[in-house]
Amino acid sequence: MAEDYVLQMKNIDKEYYGNKVLKGVSLSVRKGEIHGLIGENGAGKSTLMNILFGMPVIHSTGGFSGEIYLNGDKVDLKSPYEAMKMGIGMVHQEFMLIPDFTITENIKLNRETTQDNLISKVFRSDRLKTLNTGSMAADAKKALNRVGLTIDEWVTVAGLPVGHMQFIEIAREIDKTGLRLLVFDEPTAVLTESEADNLLSAMKRLAESGISILFITHRLSEVIQIADNITVLRDGELVADRKSAETNVAELAELMVGRKVDLKGKEKQSREYQESEVILDIKNLQVDMPGEKVTGVDLKIYKGEIFGIGGLAGQGKVGIANGLMGLYPSKGEVIFKGEKLELNNTKSSLERGLAFVSEDRRGVGLLLDSSIELNIVFTTMQTKGKFLKRFGFFSQLDDAGIREYAAKIIQDLDIRCTHSQQLTRQLSGGNQQKVCVARALALDPETILVSEPTRGIDVGAKKLVLDLLIKLNKELGMTIIMTSSELVELRSICNRIAIIFKGKVAGILKASNSDQEFGLMMAGEYQKIEEDGEGRLNE
Amino acid sequence: MAEPNQTKTTQISLSTKIKRLAFDNSVPILFIIICLLGVYFSQLPAVFIVNQLLTRITRNSFLVLALVIPVIAGLGLNFGIVIGAMAGQFAILIVTHYKVAGFNGFMLSLLLSTPIAILFGILTAMLLNRTKGQEMITSMIAGFFANGVYQFILLFLVGTLIPMKNPDMILSRGIGIRNTIDLATKTGIKYALDDVLKYPFFEVLVVAAIVGIIALSINYFLKKKKGSGEVDNFKFVTLFILMALVMGTSIWVLNSNTLLKTVKLPIVTVLFITVIWVFNELIMKTKLGQDFRTIGHDMEIAKISGINVDKTRTIAMIISTVLAAWGQIIFLQNIGTLSTYGAHVQIATFSIASILLGGASVTKATSGQAIIGLILFHTLFIVSPKAGNNLFGDAQIGEFFRAFISYGVIGVALGLHAWNKRVQAMRKHLDTDAP
Repeated sequence: MAEDYVLQMKNIDKEYYGNKVLKGVSLSVRKGEIHGLIGENGAGKSTLMNILFGMPVIHSTGGFSGEIYLNGDKVDLKSPYEAMKMGIGMVHQEFMLIPDFTITENIKLNRETTQDNLISKVFRSDRLKTLNTGSMAADAKKALNRVGLTIDEWVTVAGLPVGHMQFIEIAREIDKTGLRLLVFDEPTAVLTESEADNLLSAMKRLAESGISILFITHRLSEVIQIADNITVLRDGELVADRKSAETNVAELAELMVGRKVDLKGKEKQSREYQESEVILDIKNLQVDMPGEKVTGVDLKIYKGEIFGIGGLAGQGKVGIANGLMGLYPSKGEVIFKGEKLELNNTKSSLERGLAFVSEDRRGVGLLLDSSIELNIVFTTMQTKGKFLKRFGFFSQLDDAGIREYAAKIIQDLDIRCTHSQQLTRQLSGGNQQKVCVARALALDPETILVSEPTRGIDVGAKKLVLDLLIKLNKELGMTIIMTSSELVELRSICNRIAIIFKGKVAGILKASNSDQEFGLMMAGEYQKIEEDGEGRLNE
Repeated sequence: MAEPNQTKTTQISLSTKIKRLAFDNSVPILFIIICLLGVYFSQLPAVFIVNQLLTRITRNSFLVLALVIPVIAGLGLNFGIVIGAMAGQFAILIVTHYKVAGFNGFMLSLLLSTPIAILFGILTAMLLNRTKGQEMITSMIAGFFANGVYQFILLFLVGTLIPMKNPDMILSRGIGIRNTIDLATKTGIKYALDDVLKYPFFEVLVVAAIVGIIALSINYFLKKKKGSGEVDNFKFVTLFILMALVMGTSIWVLNSNTLLKTVKLPIVTVLFITVIWVFNELIMKTKLGQDFRTIGHDMEIAKISGINVDKTRTIAMIISTVLAAWGQIIFLQNIGTLSTYGAHVQIATFSIASILLGGASVTKATSGQAIIGLILFHTLFIVSPKAGNNLFGDAQIGEFFRAFISYGVIGVALGLHAWNKRVQAMRKHLDTDAP
């Protein structure tokens, strides 16, 4: 029985800094099988793959516990290169291709065929051997044919459609001799539908030729369409192993998202608001944020509500707030408080009363080597000229004023620190996040954009941050637009939640909608299943 | 849903092709124009310019060619060739001290400089591997630092820790090497390489052009017959016409009665340069060369595919440093005197200015660009004092011109490249459906 399996991972446990991200996960892939692996962001799929490939990030954080068997033999993979030699290949989500190289060069990267020349013979060095361009081209051609891509192998990769790049990646993997298992990490995420269809049929052909495939994806219909078996991960735990013949999209969606979270009662916490006054009207917003491209979003946000923006990573949810703040090039029309908002101008966005808590806390959000108090007043100082003493043309920090304000807000938000001059670098994640919020509040905003407020902070701190947002909304009547990858969070505090898929709004749901509906919408399957539902949702 | 992407078969018209070519080579084109203007305003006789140019090109080529491999391997412009030059000078000092003169002395100094340069290359590479992303400024500062150590050794250790008695080379106080060391023909390596064999330049040019045309044609037709790879008609025609022009001009010069036909070319030096050029080209065709290119394009991808990035970078630095050491020896045998504390100081700046003028950038360089840039840079260098004098009536202004050129050129070239890159990024941006 065991010999049937190309890959078995047993009872894998992994901790990152005391945070358990994988709890006893097992995964088995048979020879020639297409095995689907699905789960939300943060469910542990990437960590599992990092372990399989022996990525340095695993070993530098204390390794993992559990066992891996390849073809029945126990293995201990220490580096991606070793994994490659054992016959495991990966088609990456962001392509590992060098744009200025030809297709051949990319396919044969570091596996170039060479031939001896005079000098290499004298020095007995493999590296001085001449490249055998003829046989490299022939190999490349063969690999391209196997994946069914008709393109000349001497073309440079730059400028090719993404679909082609994907196939080149696959061609590179299957050109490796002894390839047994090929991992596809969300291969269809960047493809158009027809390209995705091509890819799926190519995957089927590969599986028929005896190569096992591990297919990581969010697209549930695809996984049902081609996988033989499906493993569902959620929160680092194995929740289900299904045969794809015995399940359906709806069940998978529920398994993927479903959580034992008590949503009752929490919904009441959010404040009543009138659906009359539109504070922010976004029309056809496009944002060119790398990896989070927004391709045309229409949203109406009412004054006084907590509005959630959810969706899977890379679909563009994070791009919306960044676009509104002018941090990435954007286009479209945004009406804020009845007046047009000038896009691509961060200063004007701030001056108009939009405050932003960035998802990149340590990068964009904080001046890590400055004090808490300076961080809190920094934006206000820059845009509104507050906390400054003026001497003619010169101005100086108003230290006393800053300290007083900081002391007050530190108390209000309960920021745990030794004193207000402490460096923000020394604070814990949750307290850093509070400093970010404090800075946004210092602007005295009417509307606050909060991106991923709970990313990378522990459970207790998460609750505090969320409670703080509710408090701001209830007591100060602030409109809050929260972007988050964590659906539970959104559902626990938001009035309405827009799910972003492929840079567009897939639909707007209420917290009370079912797990299934959320799961389907995030996977982009909602419209397909309820054809007539589209009109209703966009109302 | 989006339409399926079609592969665009890009048929570019000739005019856009020429436009693209002009834009992509904006730096050399700009400086060709400046050079022509300079030549015109300087009113110097052609024979003087050609003679000077030949001397300077044969003198400096090696140093500029030493820059190519680090650029390809992603190390940027190697200001560290100064360190290589020091290795060359150490070797020259040793050879001169033991009075090994002429060609033997020259070859011995090449031999002696090699292990020193390899050691220096390894040390520089160790530093650069720890400062990835800031190689250029690091190598520049490493050069300054090395200069300090160099001065310390030659000014204070020689005659104290390093016993050496040679009144021709040691300062009168008995410690330290003199400021200038004579490499005269009898006792040193002056013209050791240049004087081995000399032929009239334009005769050599005719032969070279004929050989070039034949090689080009054979290559073209072989490629066409095999049908593999991209056959670039445009490139072929351009090169063909260029070589024909060179041949025509040379024949005209030879049949005319100008002094130009007396200009002579040091054949062996040119052979040396050709060998290095060929070496640069050939090594790119090996596995090692492919690794250079890979790490130059993307270190992360290289690492994941199992290339030992640090080791490969070290090899690139060693090659560059050794070539720089040899280059400095060739340079000094032509100059004929060793300015102990000054000869190496400027060479990185000048060589880098040259290669940039040829159209190379921080991430892209070829041997051809090195040579073209060298011609342009030294033309400017030769004509600018005189042109400045003629235009503004003050020889001092011409000197300013020189300083402006050697440093300004680096600034202008880097600026133009940055602009070029941005335009290209925008071109790419416009192709996508992004806003």
